[in-house]
Amino acid sequence: MRRRERVPLAIVLMACAVLLVVTMTLGVAIGSVPISPATVWDVVAGGLAGHPENSVAGIIVWQIRLPRVLLAAVVGASLTTAGSVVQVLVRNALADPFLLGVSSGASVGATAVLLLGAFASLGVWAISVGSVLGALAAMAAVFLVSRSGSGLAPTQLILCGVVLSALFESVTSFLIFRGNPQATQSVLFWLLGSFGLASWDQLPIPAAALAAAMVYLLAQGRALNALAMGAEPAASLGVDVRQMRRNLFVVTSLMAGVAVAVSGIIGFVGLVVPHIVRLMVGSDHRRVLPTGVLFGAAFMVLGDLLARTIVAPQEMPVGVITAFIGAPTLIVLIRRRPYLYGATQ
Amino acid sequence: MSLLLDGLAVDISGRRIVSGIDLAVADREFAGLVGPNGSGKSTILKAIYRVHRPSAGRVLLDGTDLLALRPRKAARRIAVVAQESTSEFDFSVREMVMIGRTPHKGSFDRDTAADHSLVDQAIERVGCEELAYRSFNTLSGGEKQLILIARALAQGADHLILDEPTNHLDIHHQVEILELVAGLGVTVLAALHDLSLAALFCRTIHVLRAGRIVSSGPPGAVLTPETIRHAYGADVLVIEHPDTGTPHLIPRRVQPATRPGTQPPTSGQPPAQPDTP
Repeated sequence: MRRRERVPLAIVLMACAVLLVVTMTLGVAIGSVPISPATVWDVVAGGLAGHPENSVAGIIVWQIRLPRVLLAAVVGASLTTAGSVVQVLVRNALADPFLLGVSSGASVGATAVLLLGAFASLGVWAISVGSVLGALAAMAAVFLVSRSGSGLAPTQLILCGVVLSALFESVTSFLIFRGNPQATQSVLFWLLGSFGLASWDQLPIPAAALAAAMVYLLAQGRALNALAMGAEPAASLGVDVRQMRRNLFVVTSLMAGVAVAVSGIIGFVGLVVPHIVRLMVGSDHRRVLPTGVLFGAAFMVLGDLLARTIVAPQEMPVGVITAFIGAPTLIVLIRRRPYLYGATQ
Repeated sequence: MSLLLDGLAVDISGRRIVSGIDLAVADREFAGLVGPNGSGKSTILKAIYRVHRPSAGRVLLDGTDLLALRPRKAARRIAVVAQESTSEFDFSVREMVMIGRTPHKGSFDRDTAADHSLVDQAIERVGCEELAYRSFNTLSGGEKQLILIARALAQGADHLILDEPTNHLDIHHQVEILELVAGLGVTVLAALHDLSLAALFCRTIHVLRAGRIVSSGPPGAVLTPETIRHAYGADVLVIEHPDTGTPHLIPRRVQPATRPGTQPPTSGQPPAQPDTP
């Protein structure tokens, strides 16, 4: 009776971990100065032991490329996790973590920093602070507007998210319209996402946010499965739907908001990677979430690697790459296995 | 009394949908809730399983206040099978039934061998072993309902709420599903659309009209042309089911119908107008 069961989770996770290690090694090794994978691991081992090498290769690996690759991994994992959960929250497989206004709010904040010099006293942190404040404000607005007698209902969340996003985007457009052309270019670059400014001190906050969110979400794995059935079945299975939706809203928005603050708006990862993961391991969230963390991280590291090598020495916004890989992949997968929208076999 | 609704009233968006609902279901009884569209059947059931918060009254389960229990505890006592549902997400049949174990498991508890065997037993009980590894979304409407019953079985509750579980199903699956539920030996409260079918399976039937119960009792006493006219504003003939002697309802046309070679019917009641509250 146990035949044709899904692939054991341990094997999937092992495969994804190997993929992640390989992409991260490549991400650190490949660049304008090629460094062999062996050297990469020597430097990393030395750095972890507390005495980083002072050679050129050592500095490139430890100071420049490693933090960048790690940040890409953390952001990829965060956006994937947030996307998987938002899709359950609004019961719509087309939802992405930016559906609830986070990205458009963050854009307003970041644009205000870049064009108007808001928070200038905070130096390099100004953009992060501006975008986090913008994301939080947008999140609160969507939350308050979509709240109704029965809690956060999916349709209201989607509608309010879309409408308020449009409003915030028009504010961003207005700021760009009023700003000077040179600053506008850096705004555009930020809006499309990049890990070009990654450094070690950017890592702890997103990593801690991801870790805390994962602990909470894995504890809620069964409840997420129940909620994926809809609010009423979930209630009949003993899930406190109102409270659960509130928590999921806050957890995913914070994760997406922190990711946006360190890397700008990298689209499509939070939409496409959860789909790929569900096609690999099914929809049980106790399998989807851990797989998504590893696979989403690898996907983003690969995207960033392509973004800075395809048109080297120039650098492309990573959001361009993720959409470029993600969209065709998703179309192929959906056409091979029509599992959505009432398609029957 | 196993399940007792005591003066239950529910408001939705400030409008009173049902009120003064007193209803008792005995241990292991199959009780039916019938009434026209919008009379409040689903609202009553949803107040029991916590989708709606009652604005008055209580729900007692073996004497304890069900709504005062923590949601997980309540879900161990009372399971729900509603109308056929669709999911955007791809769960296998076994995964779907395993979701029934949700109220029994703590945050990081894994699926144990005991859980797996409960799931297998539940799938076997509804006769769907060969579907166990199929994707739930690819099943037919009748198969989906059977699997949702299996999920309710895996939930291990001794009370079952059915909200029009046989809508859109063919006559074979309608009977199969109600027969299965009747044979489970649990206390059942079912909202049903088909009155003749309800008469065939329910020991007690409660008739709702405009948010109030207008008649309760065994099918033979409740499903009379008078009650049906009062509750539904519809004119029916009631005959006896030849096997069971339960009432069987035959609808009548509002306009006198003629058959080739016969006279238009002249006897009987004039067609009643639907009386809106």
